[in-house]
Amino acid sequence: MSALVIAEHDNNELKQATLHAVTAASQLGGEVHILVAGEGSDAVAAQAAAVAGIAKVLHADDAAYGHGLAENVAPLIVGLAEGYDHLLACATTYGKNVMPRAAALLDVAQISEISEILSADSFIRPTYAGNAMATVESSDAKKVITVRATAFDAAAADGGSAAIEAVSGPGDQGLSRFERHELSVSERPELTSADIVISGGRGMQSGENFPLVEAVADRLGAAVGASRAAVDAGYVPNDYQVGQTGKVVAPNLYIAIGISGAIQHLAGMKDSKVIVAINKDEEAPIFQVADYGLVADLFKALPELAEELDKQGISKN
Amino acid sequence: MKVLVGIKRTIDANVKVRVKADESGVETANVKMTLNPFCEIAVEEAVRMKEAGSAEEIVVVTAGPEEARQTLMTALAIGADRAVHVVADQEIQPLAVAKVLKAVIEQEEPGLVILGKQAIDDDSNQTGQMLAALLNWPQATFASKITLGEGEAEVTREIDGGLETLTVKLPAVMTTDLRLNEPRYASLPNIMKAKKKPVDVKTVEELGVDAAPRLKIVKVAAPDKREAGVMVESVAELVEKLQNEAKVL
Repeated sequence: MSALVIAEHDNNELKQATLHAVTAASQLGGEVHILVAGEGSDAVAAQAAAVAGIAKVLHADDAAYGHGLAENVAPLIVGLAEGYDHLLACATTYGKNVMPRAAALLDVAQISEISEILSADSFIRPTYAGNAMATVESSDAKKVITVRATAFDAAAADGGSAAIEAVSGPGDQGLSRFERHELSVSERPELTSADIVISGGRGMQSGENFPLVEAVADRLGAAVGASRAAVDAGYVPNDYQVGQTGKVVAPNLYIAIGISGAIQHLAGMKDSKVIVAINKDEEAPIFQVADYGLVADLFKALPELAEELDKQGISKN
Repeated sequence: MKVLVGIKRTIDANVKVRVKADESGVETANVKMTLNPFCEIAVEEAVRMKEAGSAEEIVVVTAGPEEARQTLMTALAIGADRAVHVVADQEIQPLAVAKVLKAVIEQEEPGLVILGKQAIDDDSNQTGQMLAALLNWPQATFASKITLGEGEAEVTREIDGGLETLTVKLPAVMTTDLRLNEPRYASLPNIMKAKKKPVDVKTVEELGVDAAPRLKIVKVAAPDKREAGVMVESVAELVEKLQNEAKVL
């Protein structure tokens, strides 16, 4: 029995997400291989080979795979699927885009965003925004799986020395082409891997007030997130969104500012180790999941918090 | 161009979902059901294309129980022209839905298919990608902007690190993300008019689709409940507790 993990990367760097999928794959008990599909991606293949516990790296390097287009990557995966019982990727926008396409080509179901592995064919996955945990059993010959990163620790990025094998696939299907990226540039840590996350909600009232959140984030070395309401209202870009339809985070400390705590937001952060909520409405549902709640006007509380962190010598800058 | 929109009836996003005592599923009796929010965005986008003159006809399709008829009515009230209801009484999973939609698409021959990126009940986020695979069409998932061109479309997608723009050949399958548009409220006259729009009823069997579930749902349990903690009186107390009690600072 063996499992193939589809690597996520930008042709230079293996993304942390891949390491979470590797841990899930290791729990299945067989050999774990990684597929690196990219263009000019030798460095990524080398990083994949160094991941602890990896037996082999399959490296498909071709212009068709440079931007991870699902139309080109899915047939590549299908062509390599024969020797594997499990095909896994992290449930990022990349994994969510590519894996169902591969699953349909293999005529198998996808098991989306699993949070626990019970056996080689039985898994737990959150449904209804995490309000119902479904145990599912797959009857398909191959299991195509996406993995919830917060439910599986990252595998060690070093310690391995797997062989790298060059592979090829059907190449460019001529259905789509990449035009451009507009990637958010931030000095702050990535939302999904940050130790501390501070998010603003509708209570922020405007995007212009987000610097109040950022001031605290920078003192804590935290990532900045937002509720769907804040994204909907146009305060911040969509890639800030924490929740059922955005990102799922589980940091050591999650600070919710002016967030009421709608079901769909809780779905994205309720597995955080410690949750703090600051909201002026004492009835806000967020207080029902918060370890520490403070009923306060955020426009007063945020500057006070920044000041207190400085005073206590906690600030990182 | 004909635009086909696949939609799903789901539990309303504002309902607090409860797991059944026997762990066989979630409570759906007397629970408000609506058009899945991402599907609503898909219908709205198609209607805007029609209003802009780039779409001539909008066909909405659902695969689901008898009651899903109401959901089709909602889509017709927003502005779809006609509906296809593929009646499925058993549970129908994403791969099967994709096969049903493919069968309908082969009959309808649309130039574009739009779906929601995810249904807020099973949170699978699969059907659009699977449908595109089965048709061997391009896919533009998590779309926040669609610009139709000659035989192709430019689509901006919401990805983890920001935005990505692709050009896809048409016909294509697109799935909607949150910021693509803000769906309108259907007006009362349009709700009345929707009732007169044609609804074609088919069955999964008629379409020759094997809709047997591939995933057996063994049980559905409530998540571990998180207990509310303590309320603090001041920012200073909060920082003190985070430092000395929770030890996270």
